Amino acid sequence: MEDIKKLIQRVGYPRLIIGGFLLILCIFAAVLSIPMPALISDILTRFGMNGILVLAMVPAIQAGVGLNFALPLGIVCGLVGALVSIEFELAGFAGLIVSILIAIPLATIVGYFYGLMLNRIKGQEMTVGNYVGFSAVSGMCIFWLLAPFKSPELIWAVGGSGLRVTVSLESSIGYVLDNFLTFNIAGIQIPTGLLLFFALCCLVVWIFGRTKSGVIMRAAGANEKFATATGINVNKQRVIGVILSTVLGAIGIIVYSQSFGFLQLYNAPLYSAMPAVAAVLIGGASINKVKISHVIVGTFLFQALLVVSLPVLNVLAEGNMSEVIRTIVQNGIIIYALTRKTGGEVA
Amino acid sequence: MDNNVKTQEVKNKNEFFEKYIFPYAVPIVFLVLCGIGFYYSGLHYTFVLNEVIGRLARNSFLVISLIIPVIAGLGLNFGIVLGAMAGQIALFFVTDYAVKGIAGLLLAFVISTPLAIIFGYLTGQVLNKSKGREMITSMILGFFANGIYQLVFLVMAGTIIPFKNKDLLLSTGVGLKNSMDLAGVRYALDDLWKIRPFTGIAVPISTLIVVGILCVALTWFLKTKLGQEMRTVGQDMHVAGVAGIDVDKTRTIAVIISTVLAAWGQIIFLQNIGTLNTYGSHEQVGLFAVASLLIGGASIKKATYGQALIGTFLFHMLFIISPMAGQNLMGDSQIGEFFRVFVAYGVIGLALLLHAWQDKNKK
Repeated sequence: MEDIKKLIQRVGYPRLIIGGFLLILCIFAAVLSIPMPALISDILTRFGMNGILVLAMVPAIQAGVGLNFALPLGIVCGLVGALVSIEFELAGFAGLIVSILIAIPLATIVGYFYGLMLNRIKGQEMTVGNYVGFSAVSGMCIFWLLAPFKSPELIWAVGGSGLRVTVSLESSIGYVLDNFLTFNIAGIQIPTGLLLFFALCCLVVWIFGRTKSGVIMRAAGANEKFATATGINVNKQRVIGVILSTVLGAIGIIVYSQSFGFLQLYNAPLYSAMPAVAAVLIGGASINKVKISHVIVGTFLFQALLVVSLPVLNVLAEGNMSEVIRTIVQNGIIIYALTRKTGGEVA
Repeated sequence: MDNNVKTQEVKNKNEFFEKYIFPYAVPIVFLVLCGIGFYYSGLHYTFVLNEVIGRLARNSFLVISLIIPVIAGLGLNFGIVLGAMAGQIALFFVTDYAVKGIAGLLLAFVISTPLAIIFGYLTGQVLNKSKGREMITSMILGFFANGIYQLVFLVMAGTIIPFKNKDLLLSTGVGLKNSMDLAGVRYALDDLWKIRPFTGIAVPISTLIVVGILCVALTWFLKTKLGQEMRTVGQDMHVAGVAGIDVDKTRTIAVIISTVLAAWGQIIFLQNIGTLNTYGSHEQVGLFAVASLLIGGASIKKATYGQALIGTFLFHMLFIISPMAGQNLMGDSQIGEFFRVFVAYGVIGLALLLHAWQDKNKK
């Protein structure tokens, strides 16, 4: 009995509940004879495409800023990068790399100023961040409408100005990573490039955490007073964490879009922080503690749940049930994390 | 001598600014914005006035429902979305049983109240566990409740929850339709007493009276013992606890009152709109109400019904004129639409930012 309790504590309730739920859905899927290989391919793709966005939470939590609800800040930077590369008619890997190279400096600048702002409002980062993210997305709506892009791929066919709501990536960077070294085992399509890229990003963040600057950043996040006493400039470390998070958000949306096949503009990124936040929490992270393994486990569980629930619930119930389940799971898990006492003082 | 006079003048000026300008800085900025927007929109003033009065009547109740949690120190209660849901659920049943007119409206108030009390109680429990981050929690709670709400009315309506009127259900007999015609209670309150002082302007006096009663009741309530306790809790939870006030209970009551008022507010809102978007009418309630209150000059710690009314007026003025102003200024009405959404989010973000900033400086 003691052992079971310990095990539960080690695994944590969120992971346990979501894992159990996933298991039940999988059994249902098997009973309803829904083709498994297709499901698994889907899970792998969505795991890879959402992973980096979830990974973006890590530096922010490590630096003590809490869950980065202002992820849309990074996302709009990534979108601008991708749009510019399409404007110059770049395709394939060149397009992808140029998109990322344009997005990184943009995200660095945005993240820097956002980090400075967060330093003035310690303790309220999440609430303010949320609305900063929303404002950025709605402010960018005006930008998308007025931006001086000329490529017919990007702008409305009628009128000749204003970006489309969704931009197809078919002829530019669509599926570049997904199709790289892709192969097929027993009907399961493995998006090798996508998974490798995600692994690479995880590795970079992990290694950064082990370098001197990474250790300093984590120390600043873990205990501000102690860090200050040892001579660490806490504010600077927090800014670094926010910049890294924003940059990862920018890269994340480019990878997401190439796998999705479309760039989604205007109001699409509005709630994009929520699934990423939920995923990292499902993985076992809390408001002030996170590991790379949390990202991997959480993204996998959350995306697998979404993928499996779609066909199962479509058979069992009417309407768009999968979306409803997603809303409940995603927001329920965030509330759970916010109401835990161990959450510390970060708000 | 000369210098002294000057410093005195500067001082007076500063005092003047501090006393009359700073507290009203936000509403003044928006007033100017509205003025510019009105000029460029080219709309006729009677049209704008008529629209604004109508919107003021239908929205201010919801905005005022936010005031009590602010005073009790919970910040802006985005959880009024749950109250709005209670109001809508009541309207489902009133429509289902085809109770019409003012009787239907009163019945909706009666049905929504216990529901809102339960929702408010639950919200209060959650918010008591997340002290210091109530606002983000209440917002996420709104999203979460929205999921539950959809689950209930997509799956259980027509199966577990019986509906007499099959027209309300989807063709399969399970789940509510996307939109519901509220013909029965449409304008039930507005039309009770409506005057038309000038051509083109209709003033729903009865609705405005209800809002007025709420304002008076609110003022009275804050002078009662419970109201005073809420103020104390809002000032400093620790001191209030030492003084023997049950902090958690007081906070929960504040949230319950807010949720109940929001339920009634949503019913008043929907009787004016006339159609209920089953899965969408409640979603933006929190956002728009909070933005209205903040535009009126309220902060996270301080709000009055005057600010609520001014804010609602200005916010909806902006709502009416911005598409036309965008069209005339930039040649695209969509810019105006995006602009007003941006204003809603931006003003909340800015208010939270300034508040957190001041809070930190105080320490």
